[in-house]
Amino acid sequence: MDLLWKCWPSRYIRFGFSSHISGANIGFCSVVIYLDKNYSDMQAEQNYFNSGFYSVEIWETISWWLVTIIAVIGTMPYISLQLKSIATSFRILITYSGGGKIPEIPIEPIFFIDTTFIVAIALALFAILFGTRHIDASEHHEGLVAAIAFESVVKLVAFLCVGIFVTYGIFDGFADIFQRASVDPELERLFTVNQGNDYSLWITMIILSMAAIICLPRQFYITAVENPDEGYVRKATWLFPAYLLVINLFVLPIALGGKLAFASAAVDADMFVLTVPLYYDHGTISLIAFLGGLSAATSMVIVAAIALATMVCNDLVMPILLRWKWFKADKNTDLTGLLLAIRRGSILIILILGYGYYRFASESYSLVTIGLVSFAAAAQFAPAIIGGIFWKNGTFNGAIVGLSLGFIVWMYTLFLPSLAQSGWLPISFIEQGPFGLSWLKPYSLLGLEGFDRLTHALIWSMMFNVGGYWVISLLSHQTAIERIQAKLFVDVFKLTERGNDNTYWKGSVTVEELQQLVGRFVGVGRVAEAFDQFAQERSITLRKNQVVDAPLLEYAERLLAGSIGSATARVLIGSIVKGEIVSIDEVYRILDETSQVIEYSHRLEQKSAELEEATRQLQLANDRLKELDSLKDDFLSMVSHELRTPLTSLRAFGEILSDNPDVPIEERARFLGIIITESERLTRLIDQLLDLAKMEAGRMDWQLAEVDLVSTIDEAVTALNGLIKEKEIILTTDIPESLPSVQADRDQLIQLVINLVSNAIKFCNPRNGKIHLSVCRDNDWIKISVLDNGMGVPAPLKEKIFERFHQSVSATGNKPQGSGLGLAICRQIVTYLGGEIWAENSQQGGACFTFTLPLQAETVDKKIKTDA
Amino acid sequence: MSNTVLVVEDEPNIVLSLQFVMRQAGYTVRVASDGEQALKAVAEYVPDLVLLDIMLPKRDGFAVCEEIRNNPACKNVKIIMLSAKSREADRERALKLGADEFMTKPFSTRELGDLAKRLLKIEIS
Repeated sequence: MDLLWKCWPSRYIRFGFSSHISGANIGFCSVVIYLDKNYSDMQAEQNYFNSGFYSVEIWETISWWLVTIIAVIGTMPYISLQLKSIATSFRILITYSGGGKIPEIPIEPIFFIDTTFIVAIALALFAILFGTRHIDASEHHEGLVAAIAFESVVKLVAFLCVGIFVTYGIFDGFADIFQRASVDPELERLFTVNQGNDYSLWITMIILSMAAIICLPRQFYITAVENPDEGYVRKATWLFPAYLLVINLFVLPIALGGKLAFASAAVDADMFVLTVPLYYDHGTISLIAFLGGLSAATSMVIVAAIALATMVCNDLVMPILLRWKWFKADKNTDLTGLLLAIRRGSILIILILGYGYYRFASESYSLVTIGLVSFAAAAQFAPAIIGGIFWKNGTFNGAIVGLSLGFIVWMYTLFLPSLAQSGWLPISFIEQGPFGLSWLKPYSLLGLEGFDRLTHALIWSMMFNVGGYWVISLLSHQTAIERIQAKLFVDVFKLTERGNDNTYWKGSVTVEELQQLVGRFVGVGRVAEAFDQFAQERSITLRKNQVVDAPLLEYAERLLAGSIGSATARVLIGSIVKGEIVSIDEVYRILDETSQVIEYSHRLEQKSAELEEATRQLQLANDRLKELDSLKDDFLSMVSHELRTPLTSLRAFGEILSDNPDVPIEERARFLGIIITESERLTRLIDQLLDLAKMEAGRMDWQLAEVDLVSTIDEAVTALNGLIKEKEIILTTDIPESLPSVQADRDQLIQLVINLVSNAIKFCNPRNGKIHLSVCRDNDWIKISVLDNGMGVPAPLKEKIFERFHQSVSATGNKPQGSGLGLAICRQIVTYLGGEIWAENSQQGGACFTFTLPLQAETVDKKIKTDA
Repeated sequence: MSNTVLVVEDEPNIVLSLQFVMRQAGYTVRVASDGEQALKAVAEYVPDLVLLDIMLPKRDGFAVCEEIRNNPACKNVKIIMLSAKSREADRERALKLGADEFMTKPFSTRELGDLAKRLLKIEIS
């Protein structure tokens, strides 16, 4: 790239040859990768547009019309450019009067008729002679290719001759030319890229040239369709760039030489190759240059015309003809003549269209720009081609929509303006935009300015093209056929073995019937020849009434495909073996159905998965029930245990006192004391159990009222004062003087605080116990915390302690006092009041139990009002 | 020399009552309040009878019972298990593990005294 950059002087090579060639080089290198990837497929399909342009092969005639029309219209400027160049060269050559004069381009017509028109007709005849002599079975025109190869050599030799003449004949070698050019301030300036547009234009040219190598119908036609052997693609990988490099050698010397020779005079740089030798009075060299240019132009036009004519015939005209009922396609008429006529007519019309564009529009652009306008149209195929090869999710619809959008934008930003500039449309279309809408100006669409026209058009058309392709591809579903083909194309490397027998069929069509059918399109004689060849290659004898086998059928289809396109060929072959052939097409269709079956079975699978899921959930629910059941068992067992323990003491001491009347009085008092506390414990336990059961069952009789927190907490603490004093615990409180009242059950709230504080009493440090009770307001919540200075709650138990009958070991390591229901009840109360309760450990290590209570909405409202 | 009874129980009031009853019956009483203490006590001095609660801190009564039965030195130790759980499964398990008797709380101290006397007599004879 660096080298390319250095040798690319911007302005003066107005015909942009270098950038085209460097772009072409890059493009070709990538196209070779692409061709390597897909060559075998394209060859097998034998129909380059149906297979190569899209990864998907769909017989949607309308879409192929569209593709064909885009190809034809897109190529028109290119053909017109060739016509213009031939005609102009010719006119210069025959009207130039002598050396030393500044050459001028003569005004038409120099004869009675426009030379360009004559050139168009001549080229059309040429193309007809070369390309449509007969309908060829394989679509290979070896003679044509040989002629074009020869023309390429002629062009190369001619260009080298002119180059050597200019470099060493007129000047004194490369150094001399560049030396002189560098002292000329105007040329000097041209050696550097100095304007913003130059960069974008340069990049645009590179991109367009790259795209052209892949997308131009004629390029594709030669690389893919006419190519008889995959090996040639590899050879072309180095030969084609080398050719471009050699022909590029003298571009700079000739261009600079021309500029130096004609100095300030405005001479068309397009014609330097011709005019420089003329100026120095070397007519022979000019003639050689003319011949070189003529061969180049004719070969390009002929190949383009033949490629397009094939498309027009196969994809535009034949599908219509074969669908018309009055067109007796199924009678035994020979259609080869008709096919040839269609192609010949197409060639003629295409060239006349090219001439028309030249007449109407070519005045507005230089030769190079016309070429690039064409390239920009061809580039619209690039997203679909590249997407088709590399993007498995691209769909046919996406490709067609993207292509159409891109083409419409191309028409609008390049094609229509060229007509406007030539006066065929009002010039206000360009200057003010259509209907005076300035945002629709074709050269600055939606206000996009600061780019040259080509770059501007490329940006917009590609944006719409790629965008449309992408969006529609994502929105539309691939059919089974598309999926399979996309996979075949994208994974072409994986599929090394080509399925030769992709046609399975059972049927009774005879060789004779098949031969007749193919003969009508290809020519009877040629078919007989081809069938004989087929038999020879396989060392078999074909009898007329013999039933056709699959390979022969495929062979016949290939023969037909050569003349009418593979899509139509398949339909035709299918029509004679109706219902009996299982073509790959139908295999696809079957696959499509299969995919429906698969989908159905997929749905079944889904259903069964759903069932399984339901079963699993039932099982889970069942397990949960079992778990709950066993929890209930455990609960009952725990209740039984908790009730029996105090009962045991009661009974034991009752019996002891009853059986031992002589127990000393102090012991008797002690035992009686135990009986009393144990009965109290029993009562408390029963109360708590009942409360919890009611709360859990939602049958608790809550006495909700406005409760004053300060007095409630006070009451709870007072109830425990005796115990606190007894255990020498220091209780501190932090309660704001005024607190809003909360909606709660006062007794339960007292119970809640008592439970938490007595818990703290049980678990605080046994030697110098400290408990801190704090209340604070946190927005709409009241937060009450009870903190002790015990060992804290082990992390894994933070949740568990709130479960029924969970009993923690106290700080002394003794059996815990209590029922194990306190915290469970606390949680029930807090949850009922709409708050939360949780345990955490303070930084000092003690446990901190916190619960929240929501403030009444109206209290909050009041508060907000007061704040405001 | 009087027989030794090891009371294994974590409820202080029950311990107190058992202690009183056993002393009245003329036995020497030792106390352990959890499973580990019980095993330690047995290792130090093999008792003649163990009154063993099931719901104990650290190691439960079943484990203690099993361990005692696995100790050859304790071949002749009598074990009465006391449980606040009345489930039949617990009784079966206790007897299977080698307990001599199983009593459900709340039990009669009179019955317990008779039972202890009977078990210890068998051992003596």
